[in-house]
Amino acid sequence: MTQFDQVIHDLAPQRFNIWGKLWTGLLIAVILVGAYSYYQQLKYGLIITDMRDYASWGVYISNFVFFVAISLVGSLITAILRLSGVKWSTPLTRISEIIAVAAIIMAGLTIIIDMGRPDRLFNLFFHGRLQSPIIWDVIVITTYLVISVLLLYYPLLPDLAILKKYFAKNKWFTTWYTWLSINWTGSPIQKRLSRRSIRALSVMIIPVAFSIHTVTAWLFATTYRPGWDSTNFGPYFIAGAFVAGAGAVVAVMYVFRKAYHLENYITDYHFDNMGKLLVLLCLVYLYFNVNEYLVPAYKVTEGESAHLNSLFFGEYAAMFWLVIVGGLVVPVIALIFPQGRKPLPLFIIALIVVLGAWWKRYIIVTPTLLHPFLPIQGVPESWHEYFPTWREWSITLATLASSLLIITGLIRVLPVVPIQETLEERGIEEPIIEELK
Amino acid sequence: MAREKEIARSDNASDKNKQRRAFIDKSMKLGLAAVAGTFGVTRLIESAEGKAIPGESVELMTTDGKLVKVDQRSVEKIPEAEHVNPREGFAHRKFVMVIDLARCKNARKCQSSCNKNHYITGPNAWLKVYKMQNSEEESPYWQPTTCQHCDKPPCVKVCPVDATFKRRDGIVLIDNDRCIGCRFCMAACPYSTRVFNWGEPDQPEEIAALPNDLDYGGVPAEKGTVDKCDFCPHMIDKGKLPHCVTACPNGVFFFGDQYEDTVTNGDETYRLSELLEEKSGYRLMEELGTKPSVYYLPPKDRLQEFEKGLDNYDEFNSVEKEEKS
Repeated sequence: MTQFDQVIHDLAPQRFNIWGKLWTGLLIAVILVGAYSYYQQLKYGLIITDMRDYASWGVYISNFVFFVAISLVGSLITAILRLSGVKWSTPLTRISEIIAVAAIIMAGLTIIIDMGRPDRLFNLFFHGRLQSPIIWDVIVITTYLVISVLLLYYPLLPDLAILKKYFAKNKWFTTWYTWLSINWTGSPIQKRLSRRSIRALSVMIIPVAFSIHTVTAWLFATTYRPGWDSTNFGPYFIAGAFVAGAGAVVAVMYVFRKAYHLENYITDYHFDNMGKLLVLLCLVYLYFNVNEYLVPAYKVTEGESAHLNSLFFGEYAAMFWLVIVGGLVVPVIALIFPQGRKPLPLFIIALIVVLGAWWKRYIIVTPTLLHPFLPIQGVPESWHEYFPTWREWSITLATLASSLLIITGLIRVLPVVPIQETLEERGIEEPIIEELK
Repeated sequence: MAREKEIARSDNASDKNKQRRAFIDKSMKLGLAAVAGTFGVTRLIESAEGKAIPGESVELMTTDGKLVKVDQRSVEKIPEAEHVNPREGFAHRKFVMVIDLARCKNARKCQSSCNKNHYITGPNAWLKVYKMQNSEEESPYWQPTTCQHCDKPPCVKVCPVDATFKRRDGIVLIDNDRCIGCRFCMAACPYSTRVFNWGEPDQPEEIAALPNDLDYGGVPAEKGTVDKCDFCPHMIDKGKLPHCVTACPNGVFFFGDQYEDTVTNGDETYRLSELLEEKSGYRLMEELGTKPSVYYLPPKDRLQEFEKGLDNYDEFNSVEKEEKS
């Protein structure tokens, strides 16, 4: 087997083994349960959630913010690292772009799940008003989705053309790959066009990525509420988003390296570098957290103190400190040591970071709403608190499972590590047998 | 069904004389009413339309309460005054409310009348009487709170689909047929005045079957949309005061038109500017810049001790529920 064939053999999508099938089945089961809950929600309304007039936003919104956050990693790895000339991140570009596309699709669907009247979704287009940050979000998220899909697709063209030949016996795959590779021959003109397009998209996606999460932060920061009324919110959210996204990339790359035996392509060196990157991102995010909490805690205005008390010492204290210390401080300390950046420890730390990032959004959304300006009076006692019902949980878990299913599905049919770029980096030429025919 | 929007108009009789007499009668009545009531000059101008007789003059009352004679030909009708587009509201009007905290005993008649007349079925009322105390050293007081109908409404600013809107007469309303239920307005409102129909509203069938009426909040309520105090434009259209104003046994609520500088609680009428000046009126959370249309008078020289209101105080309930067997 030539070097070329070996690379393609290693990187071409593979059939799932029993674990892969079980995993897919599990995801589908979770999604079905959530779909049933959502059917109930459509039927009876948001009454099936624990949200009420004070906690008027809940786990759906924090889950939405989480998805938007995760999707930012596409721009970090494929655009920022690519443009700054970092070479080691090449094998991770496709994983991060797949994660970005899956997350941004689910962000859009999650926000629809939160709507009281999803049947009127198109009012956003018929009656949209530009001064509402929600419309800004609609505009930038759809833009981001389009650019992300293109950034996933353009680098795929040469890979699809290669796979078209590799899967010559599989009719279904060949048809699709032929159709999707739109006559890619690898001619110099095509290569130049592709290179320039990818570069242009990489530049374009950075401001759009910053916009999606800044605007998402503004959904909160444009209100008067203590805990949200902060000029720090945009950069604070973006810093947090990179942490969550980098964690997600580490988790996904670990699993698929193991499942597809890609140890020669995604090496310990990549984990080591991702570990270092994660330290940097966590530190930046911690810096923004200090800004976000210390300044109002120093001033102790009436509204802020009620909110901060509940976070520091009150009913949210356990979750708050677990997220800050367990989800940010401890990972930083663990990742300073080289052993911490080995694949398995890093994988575990990355999972903790992602979990912490999810809960972090929860405690940004909920406590603030339960500390309004006027006292909470004249409503049932249960309205003073908020904790998601099992139906909310099942719908939320289904959205998370859906994003994982999109990732799993794409990885089943697309090469996880870019083939063409790997060949180029290793200086392997494609045999020109085809041309002779 | 209390839904007719028709303002009592001048009769349609073709007889000119009859028309004129009716007109003069009406002017006199309304002129007197304006002394005691809220709606003066605009209403008069309205009825003077199309009946210009050369040389005839008409008596009108100015905003500072003086009767003046004006040639009928120089009287112009304000076109929209009769048929008001509920999205635009009345031109040349600015509705305001003054709530006198010194008079409030937490009788909660305002709330029950509002609940009943707007067919509110959820556990959260639109009008709440808060038990307030600014600091330990200050005495507690009862604070009825409606939608503040801000002139710079944060809720309207954030609505992505123009479902909640500000009319030129100052009223902030919601189009329940357009609302997508994103609840951004609820997060944006600092006065916690907005409520949501989390489930199917359990309204009487005849109300639920009615078409959506912008001028009448809660008629009907729709699942998955936001509701709130509407300042009762359906009552204003009939020349009547909002439900809370008429229901209050203590005359806490004053309603009126800022341009006419007059507010009334049905029994007493004051000049808005004088009332606010003499009694040190203020608005809630002025520092936010929302510019509410609701003014408060501080609880000075109270009608009754604060403690007596505690009998009616129910921390966890603001809507009476019929016991279902």
